[in-house]
Amino acid sequence: MASNVKIHIENFGLRYSDGTESLHGITLDIYAHQVNVLFGPAGGGKSTLLRAINRLNDLTDVVEQTGHILLDGEDVTRPACDVVRLRRRVGIVFARPVVLPMSIYRNITYGLELAGVRDRVTLDAAVARSLQQSALWDEVHDRLGDPAHALSGGQQQRLCLARVLALQPEVILLDEPTSGLDPISTAKIEATLQELKSSYTFVIVPHSVQQAARVADWAAFFLQGELIEHGVGRDMFLKPRNSKTEEYITGRFG
Amino acid sequence: MTTPPTRQRKITLSRQNSQHIAFALITLAALAVIIPIFFIVGYIVYEGASAISWEFLTEFPYNGMKSGGLLPAIVGTLWLTLGTAIIAVPIGIGAAIYLSEYAKDNALTRAIRIAIINLAGIPSVVFGLFGMGLFVIFLNFGTSILAGSLTLGIMTLPVIISTAEEALRAVPQSFRLVSVSLGGTRWQTIRRVVLPQALPGIITGVILGLERAAGETAPILFTVAAFFLPRLPTSIFDQTMALPYHLFVISTQVPGMPIHIQYGTALVLLVFVLSMNLLATLIRRHYRQQRFW
Repeated sequence: MASNVKIHIENFGLRYSDGTESLHGITLDIYAHQVNVLFGPAGGGKSTLLRAINRLNDLTDVVEQTGHILLDGEDVTRPACDVVRLRRRVGIVFARPVVLPMSIYRNITYGLELAGVRDRVTLDAAVARSLQQSALWDEVHDRLGDPAHALSGGQQQRLCLARVLALQPEVILLDEPTSGLDPISTAKIEATLQELKSSYTFVIVPHSVQQAARVADWAAFFLQGELIEHGVGRDMFLKPRNSKTEEYITGRFG
Repeated sequence: MTTPPTRQRKITLSRQNSQHIAFALITLAALAVIIPIFFIVGYIVYEGASAISWEFLTEFPYNGMKSGGLLPAIVGTLWLTLGTAIIAVPIGIGAAIYLSEYAKDNALTRAIRIAIINLAGIPSVVFGLFGMGLFVIFLNFGTSILAGSLTLGIMTLPVIISTAEEALRAVPQSFRLVSVSLGGTRWQTIRRVVLPQALPGIITGVILGLERAAGETAPILFTVAAFFLPRLPTSIFDQTMALPYHLFVISTQVPGMPIHIQYGTALVLLVFVLSMNLLATLIRRHYRQQRFW
């Protein structure tokens, strides 16, 4: 599978102040226009790595960070990096859908308004496009002014995805985006990833091995802060090279 | 087989008894809070209601303050409350935002927090003396609305800062994370998400703080309050009469003061303060119904 590298992670390590979750010596390529899966048991540092890519770890208590993360060759870990611009290029969907206390419409335009977009026509178009992309348009198009919290959990999570899509980022990070959702909502989100990957680069921490196998173009197996194996998703789930990966995939631990 | 159930029922009964006793004691404690309030309010209304009239609220006092109304004291208290708000609200909310959203836990913020706690514990008469020393004499504002408002403002700050900070901290952290992840700066996040959500709590704290300032006597004693002024203040450098001080004066300094005027004045002050309290409660109720987190 010939792909362009979108994000190059070079010997990356991270330690929190409480010392519990950490990453050591991660070197990994994230490929453009692919669904890149980071999977493994809890506490393996997958979420931490996701949040390092768009510098959300800045908000938490990180004591030590080593190595580099290059987005299109640009080091996002250096202090001078414009984090606001970075976060517009690299969006994130969290495990628990958190809608902002505003209308459905304003939830989607929020990021654009922060970026200074005021034009009503542009905003309307962005709302329609991102809701269609996240397969939510049909359900909410006639009540965009309703408070977003009135939506169901599955709808809220698709709204969170739409909110990220509205900014037209290059990379979308998804941190167990379907962990609290029913199978139908989960299927909708997984289908959305396949439909949109020609325009975006996805990095997803799946909530199960089965989901990892379903969506992965590329897969990386993490165990206790280390990258155990990385490769083409289909190959890894059919014939893993590392015995730990095999044991995890076949359900012998985890 | 028959003995154990009997024993068990005995235990249950005694547990129920102690439950009843505890419930009765707790209810009594709650009533002990309510009874004095009803008694105070009821007594003041009973003694003072006959003094209340349109003239009482809109006329100057005359005949050695034994006749006429409270107009200059009411207007003075309104001015002082407004002045206190102008001084304490921006500083208080600003400090709360700093402490809740920006400050890291270090020596400076610990010092600020200790200062706030100590500020809240200073007796109000000490604020009055401090205000006189700093604002009236050293800064040469004279006995004036400006000096009085500054003194009351400093006294009110801890209430506003601590309630506003609490309201800000109550806004879920996840909202901030989402806003920042969508490219929001810290200030955009505060202004667009955190502040609107915290506003009802902040407003409640502000009103409660101002209400306390409006009813204080000692801080205005040396900084602004006039014994008697036959005119309304025209600038912030004027002295003014004020309801709490006026009440003190007519209760202790004027011989032969009709008792219904004393209680009538207390009633006006009480209604002023309690209606601010009611307003705070209504605002809190209104917004709590709209909140969904």
